[in-house]
Amino acid sequence: MKSNDYLPHEVQIVARVQEAPDIFTLRLRFTDLAHHARYHFDAGQFNMLYLHGVGEVAISIASDPKDTHLIDHTVRVVGRVTKALAQLQTGDYLGLRGPFGRGWPMAAAQGRDVLLITGGLGCAPVVSVVHYVLRRRAHYARLIIMQGVKHTHDLIWRRQYDTWAAAPNTQVLLTADQTGQGWPFNTGLVTQLIAQAQFDPANAVAMLCGPEGMMRATAQALQERGLPDHDIWLSMERNMHCAVGHCGHCQFGGSFICKDGPVYPLPEISHLLGVKGF
Amino acid sequence: MNHFLAREDFPHLLRALTQAGYDCVGPQIRQGAIVFDHLHSVTQLPQGFQDEQQPAHYRLQQTDSPYWFDWSNGASAIKPYTFAPQENLWAVQRDQSGRLRFQATLPQPQKTAIIGVRACDLAALTLQDQHFLHGKHVDPYYQARRESLLLIGVNCTHAAATCFCVSTGDGPEIRQPYDLLLSEIAAGFLLSSGSTAGATLAAQLPLTPASDAQQHTAQQRMQAATQQQRHLPAKPPLFAHLNHPHWQTVGARCLACGNCTSVCPTCFCHQALEIPDLDGDTSRHERRWDSCFQPGHSYIHGWQIRSNATDYYRQWLTHKLAGWHEQFGRSGCTGCGRCISWCPAGIDLTAEVEQLG
Ligand SMILES: Cc1cc2nc3c(=O)[nH]c(=O)nc-3n(C[C@H](O)[C@H](O)[C@H](O)COP(=O)(O)OP(=O)(O)OC[C@H]3O[C@@H](n4cnc5c(N)ncnc54)[C@H](O)[C@@H]3O)c2cc1C
Ligand code: SF4
Ligand code: SF4
Ligand code: FES
Repeated sequence: MKSNDYLPHEVQIVARVQEAPDIFTLRLRFTDLAHHARYHFDAGQFNMLYLHGVGEVAISIASDPKDTHLIDHTVRVVGRVTKALAQLQTGDYLGLRGPFGRGWPMAAAQGRDVLLITGGLGCAPVVSVVHYVLRRRAHYARLIIMQGVKHTHDLIWRRQYDTWAAAPNTQVLLTADQTGQGWPFNTGLVTQLIAQAQFDPANAVAMLCGPEGMMRATAQALQERGLPDHDIWLSMERNMHCAVGHCGHCQFGGSFICKDGPVYPLPEISHLLGVKGF
Repeated sequence: MNHFLAREDFPHLLRALTQAGYDCVGPQIRQGAIVFDHLHSVTQLPQGFQDEQQPAHYRLQQTDSPYWFDWSNGASAIKPYTFAPQENLWAVQRDQSGRLRFQATLPQPQKTAIIGVRACDLAALTLQDQHFLHGKHVDPYYQARRESLLLIGVNCTHAAATCFCVSTGDGPEIRQPYDLLLSEIAAGFLLSSGSTAGATLAAQLPLTPASDAQQHTAQQRMQAATQQQRHLPAKPPLFAHLNHPHWQTVGARCLACGNCTSVCPTCFCHQALEIPDLDGDTSRHERRWDSCFQPGHSYIHGWQIRSNATDYYRQWLTHKLAGWHEQFGRSGCTGCGRCISWCPAGIDLTAEVEQLG
């Protein structure tokens, strides 16, 4: 039979974790176990999750590529499909097709400092990298996790950040634009954290995820610290329907984010970053 | 072009096609415009008709000439025969335990012979093949339709005022693969075959060797179509001029109707829709042509990346004429001029590019 990248495969929810009031994780397994065994992905790739009668959404794969047991997706409720996905329970069935796109440069980052810089609520594509690096700690040099939120109460996974901070050779820097009482971290934008980050700009890779304005300002701050453009990587988001570069929705200049991204090195897209309308 | 098929023998071609199991499709007049539709008899062909096209203007004129293909191009290209305007991708059935059974609804198209395909539209078909078939992911729906087609090209003999295929390098002479190729002269057609299927059909026709005079006439008639009023630069540096004030000027005229994208033979945008049945357990996933002029096209949660005609038009033109070079190694415009004729505001991309270059 010809391959059909449009056709979902049935998956079952093996476990469901409520991470925050509007964020949950679905742990999935293909009901066709042979298909499950064949399934491989890279950190930073995404799947299209399908809910019967409702539709499909693009969701990053949050689990580790070497974990062949389950495929995890951490979803934030924002609209029609994600709201309906939030109602599902363990044992329910979904459709899944993927993996799609280009992931993070994990191979190129080996032996180097890894900077993860995120803005906004739970940034799933980058959480998978934290797990990835921590499980292969010897393969990477320093791990620096920088997260910025608007309000202190937007910080989910606070305990997780504490655990990460305790890991060897790992630095965690948190900040909020507006801070309240009992916030032991920084006040201000995530870009202001970069001054405190301990990394070797000649031997580091930065991975950015968040609103485009935040990624742009962060890239500039990293350039000022001497990090070359080709070591700065960004995860982009656009409307997606097909996920295979056919429907045109996710075009970003001359590229399709679903196929050529979602992860890009800065030089590939810098001419369009911040241009309104692209 | 060394064979000749007399005009009165053309029905032999239709018969040979039908006997070989092809559904014949050819140009016909519908609501004052030439479109492709089922063709049973040569009497349905637009004999003597010529088109007159200008920005926001398309008219057919009846002349007493004997020609059937003396118009330059019609409202629709052959795009709907490969990339369907609306198509089911798959269906899904939910059983009582909630399990989902997905089933691809691949089309099973009848073999179809399209008669009268123009150089610009064959070039556009090659581009759509590149997009849907030759990338990382193959589109099996497009592929099934594409493989069902037999293409009978006709070299142009007259260019509309909106045509500029010479400057894009796509016409008026057909250079892309075809099954049969025709050049029309008063007495009939010069014919050559470009595939095994074409040669098999040609072998069944009452052909005579084409004379030098006939070949000369055909060449001269085609030469007439190289006289074109419009011109598109090879690679306009549009991405370097994203803040040019002229985008606002054209945006103020654009009605955001999306006509340009639906008549364009290379535009491929589509959306996926989930259409549940009333029974609650059956649902189908459908795709439909979409347009970058639609507000929802660039919607991501909570906001639209592009929200006005200036942004829509800039997205369209930069994609068509610049982004395509990065994606497909050439421009996405084959010079057919349809977006000029069928734009109700008379917006002419060749003139806009001149301002924006
Ligand atoms: C590569 C990629 C990875 C993503 N990873 C995650 C993830 O791990 N976790 C998570 O919670 N969200 C993720 N998103 C965002 C997620 O796809 C959207 O939040 C989701 O599509 C919203 O769907 P909805 O129907 O609930 O919202 P609605 O607002 O009702 O959306 C309606 C339409 O807009 C499209 N759409 C809306 N927002 C987005 C968006 N941000 N990106 C792309 N299309 C959108 C939908 O596909 C749909 O067609 C990712 C998006 C992309 C492109
Ligand atoms: S952009 Fe206009 S002229 Fe060019 S191929 Fe499309 S419709 Fe034809
Ligand atoms: S350019 Fe013309 S045809 Fe295209 S959307 Fe604008 S008004 Fe409609
Ligand atoms: S989602 Fe369809 S082209 Fe990228």
